[in-house]
Amino acid sequence: MGNKVINILMAGLGGQGVITASDIVADAAFRMGRDVKKSEVHGMSQRNGSVTSEVRVGDAVLSPLIPRGEADILVSVAEDQTDLHRYMLRPGGIVIAPSNLDGVKLPHTKTLNTALLGVLSRHLDWPEDIWIEALLARLPENLHDINLQAFALGRKEG
Amino acid sequence: MKYSDRLFLSGNEAIALAARNAGVALGTGYPGTPSTQILEEFARLGGKAQWAPNEKAALEVAVGAAYAGASAIVTMKHVGLNVAADPLFTVAYTGVSGALVIVCADDPGMHSSQNEQDSRNYAVAAGVPMLEPSDSQEAYDFFAAALDLSRKWQTPVLLRVTTRICHSKTIVRPKWLFPEPITPHFERDIRGRVMIPGYARPAHRRLRKKLADIAEWGESCDLNRREEGSRALGIIASGVTYQHAREAAPDASFLKLGLTYPLPFGLIREFASSCDRVMVLEEGDPYLADAIRANGLKVEAKPPQFRFGEMNVDRVRRILVGDQSEEPPPPAGKPPELCKACPYRPVYSVLHRLDCIVTGDIGCYTLGVMPPYEAIDTCLCMGAGITVGLGLRHVLPPDQARRVVSIIGDSTFMHTGLTGIEEMVYNPPPTGHVVIVLDNGTTAMTGQQEHPGTGRTLSHERAPRIVIEEVVAALGVKNVHVIDPSRDSAGFERLLTESLSKSETTVIVARHICILAAGNISEYEKAIAQCEAVRSADLAEAR
Repeated sequence: MGNKVINILMAGLGGQGVITASDIVADAAFRMGRDVKKSEVHGMSQRNGSVTSEVRVGDAVLSPLIPRGEADILVSVAEDQTDLHRYMLRPGGIVIAPSNLDGVKLPHTKTLNTALLGVLSRHLDWPEDIWIEALLARLPENLHDINLQAFALGRKEG
Repeated sequence: MKYSDRLFLSGNEAIALAARNAGVALGTGYPGTPSTQILEEFARLGGKAQWAPNEKAALEVAVGAAYAGASAIVTMKHVGLNVAADPLFTVAYTGVSGALVIVCADDPGMHSSQNEQDSRNYAVAAGVPMLEPSDSQEAYDFFAAALDLSRKWQTPVLLRVTTRICHSKTIVRPKWLFPEPITPHFERDIRGRVMIPGYARPAHRRLRKKLADIAEWGESCDLNRREEGSRALGIIASGVTYQHAREAAPDASFLKLGLTYPLPFGLIREFASSCDRVMVLEEGDPYLADAIRANGLKVEAKPPQFRFGEMNVDRVRRILVGDQSEEPPPPAGKPPELCKACPYRPVYSVLHRLDCIVTGDIGCYTLGVMPPYEAIDTCLCMGAGITVGLGLRHVLPPDQARRVVSIIGDSTFMHTGLTGIEEMVYNPPPTGHVVIVLDNGTTAMTGQQEHPGTGRTLSHERAPRIVIEEVVAALGVKNVHVIDPSRDSAGFERLLTESLSKSETTVIVARHICILAAGNISEYEKAIAQCEAVRSADLAEAR
């Protein structure tokens, strides 16, 4: 397979849990012993503005930033942010957006990010228990149950 | 402490861990994106860390600690180093007895900054050795190396990082550091520490000698590294640009520089002569390219269009093939805005309605410039909200001068607002002046850090509180008011209108806790109250 790097771009608006979701993805990759880099910007841009976070996973990752047109998967937590970031996708790249969960009743609207991670998990051959470990490690305990539910829903229905 | 051998850390976290593992006795700084989390993480790991009112105070405190033989870290963003530049240039002369590492975080592309200054120029200007890590592993390793270098050569060292180092997470295998603890003590060295002209002249000569020695050491130190590849293309790079370039040009030969001041010109010359084509790749100013060319070496540099913004893999590819066509602009995402329930909204609404000329300052309140208010007319640097307003008032015709209002946040006020108030009291414009301090009880922009006006330390424990209205009254401001404009918007408008009509100096403290911080602040206060209750119960029992 060589040094194939998987590039996952996560997008949304400030406050939607984009960065938390990308932390979970990166943590899962880390737990599998892969090389992983993750990049985002903090500060001014986070005040209700567009937020992106980039996760790159492989045997050896160099730049922390995904080159234009090389994202394998775009996970968009805000439907209206999806088109904005499509240019980053490689030809045939996958888009995961809230519409993947149409008709699915989430335990809480704030769990949309983890539900979309459930959908993402279907596209990666990473063991489910690694996802769960990362999710539990990255979220406060009082939010564990609803996020586990949301993740399971996304993984099943998305 | 549990020692993990494989961690996933941001550059900021890696620096904090290295500082902790290397026995740094004191961490100080002022919050500034992207540097803020270093001290917070250092404190979380058990290190002694504190926020200073500004970067100049922070550096001076760290210098004192390093004069006493301790290891100290001081952190700031690039523009903070401008504030700390005064002590920087002279501590280069005096040197230190212990170790002093200044972490300066640049923000190419200006994600959260007012300029994209390249702080590497400071290393040259002040004569301070500089290290540039390219990922979190090197952030850890280079911090430790910077500390060693500082102690060995008795010089402050600049660890220059950028947004993509600070806020990218990469894998770190932390080397075991834990040196023998050092007991600080004061050793008198009047000629070395007191920079009167007679002692500073030899100190400058000592500095140049020291830098020459470090340059020689740098020729063979392991901070710089050659990676052999094709002879057709050799790339000289440092920092995160190295990672982009390695990805864009996997077959090239590399000279990867970690020590970027003083530069190892022997090593560079040797590398350059071994390759057919040599390209210098860097973000920001042509710092490396200019220095290398000034040394008589023929190297290619990036075209001027790549001086702007961050470097990335795509841009490196363009540079390497000589593609100077216009780059596709990044898509315009949703711009940031004031929080929907921000207590400052009513202030901007009044300023907009009264058609004030507003000299603003640095913080999230600068977002008052965005529609619908567009109620900020200038934003220059920390503290300038007050002083630029005074300058306008001094020269504008009275009908316009009376519309000038200065806006400054509480943390910014503590940073460099006080000197502006002194200026206002000492040199009042003929029409007087009106300053509004937007006091939301936190350093909101950078992620809710404490400051001298919150009454809590960096770790959110009880500290003496500096009260803004008391300070400005004590400094001699004629009229001082405190009001909550989100509770009484009409009252605020009346007060402002009245203040503008007077030819006197006025400070209005507009106070309402930041809505994002309110929950956390009440938790901190609850914890403090519990601690104090336990302490007084213990005291009563002891009696």
